[in-house]
Amino acid sequence: MDNVLDKLVIGRHEFGSRLLVGTGKYPSAVVARAALAASGSEIVTVAVRRVNLDRNAEDSIWHQVDLSKFTLLPNTAGCSTRDEAVRTAMLAREVGMGDLVKIEVIADPKTLYPDNQATIEAAKILIEEGFTVLPYVTDDLVVCKKLGDLGCAAVMPLGAPIGSGLGIRNPVQIRLIVEAMAGSGVPVIVDAGVGTASDAARAMELGCDAVLMNTAIAGAKDPVAMAHAMRHAVIAGRLALSAGRIPMKLYATASSPLEGLIG
Amino acid sequence: MKLVVNGDAFEVEADPVTVDVLVSRLGLEGQRVAVEVNRRIIRRAAWAETALAEGDAVEVVHFVGGG
Repeated sequence: MDNVLDKLVIGRHEFGSRLLVGTGKYPSAVVARAALAASGSEIVTVAVRRVNLDRNAEDSIWHQVDLSKFTLLPNTAGCSTRDEAVRTAMLAREVGMGDLVKIEVIADPKTLYPDNQATIEAAKILIEEGFTVLPYVTDDLVVCKKLGDLGCAAVMPLGAPIGSGLGIRNPVQIRLIVEAMAGSGVPVIVDAGVGTASDAARAMELGCDAVLMNTAIAGAKDPVAMAHAMRHAVIAGRLALSAGRIPMKLYATASSPLEGLIG
Repeated sequence: MKLVVNGDAFEVEADPVTVDVLVSRLGLEGQRVAVEVNRRIIRRAAWAETALAEGDAVEVVHFVGGG
């Protein structure tokens, strides 16, 4: 089943799965492990935080999940300036010894909308530092083009606010980004907003190269079942896109022959 | 020696207090952590030879679950 899709290429990395998942907010480490396995994902996101010296706060994710099975995509979540994001990315590289980073510079606390300008500036610096950069941005085609031109390994427009589960609110915007980036070799990954499997399938049908989600799986009543659903939805959406859907028409067209009807 | 580790006062007695010594006093030997001293990252390979000074601000970070 995993082999039906073509590979997802991010920088110098290749992946069989087109579903990227977050590692936050799972009800337990056991559920997190099972959900990550069920998702079939090869890339997981992690956050960089101070080690709690009192030892009663959140434990290192390394103790909860065997991260050696995954390519790690550390994020700069919690940063609100270019410099904070760059500093966090540098620390992440030191912890994880990988070159991937998801740039996330938050500008608005209520919507968690990103600061696109600061993100572009951080991307420029981190690309020069040798990072494989995946920026989280609003669904703005001009911003995505600028990031692609800078040398980002992917662009990650939001489908809806982080954790909102509202789905792909602006499919036209996402489609325009997909078309603008086509031929550039820069994958488009919808990051944030997915609520259920049909949202993931929709993103893929719109031509996105992959989908990144966390809350939709971790916050579901049964995260493991939802992870399964998302894995299949991403595959289904990708297959439907390449299969080529029928045009929509206002009126019916019979599926059964009209000849030979009984009199 | 008084340091500020992750925003809190932390005292270590050793001579010298290297990053290596601090990491082991924090019980983080062999853990996947990164260390910054006064906003400069100290690569793991340099921990043993990097001596800390009174009042240094040290950040010790790791990966936690996140999106």
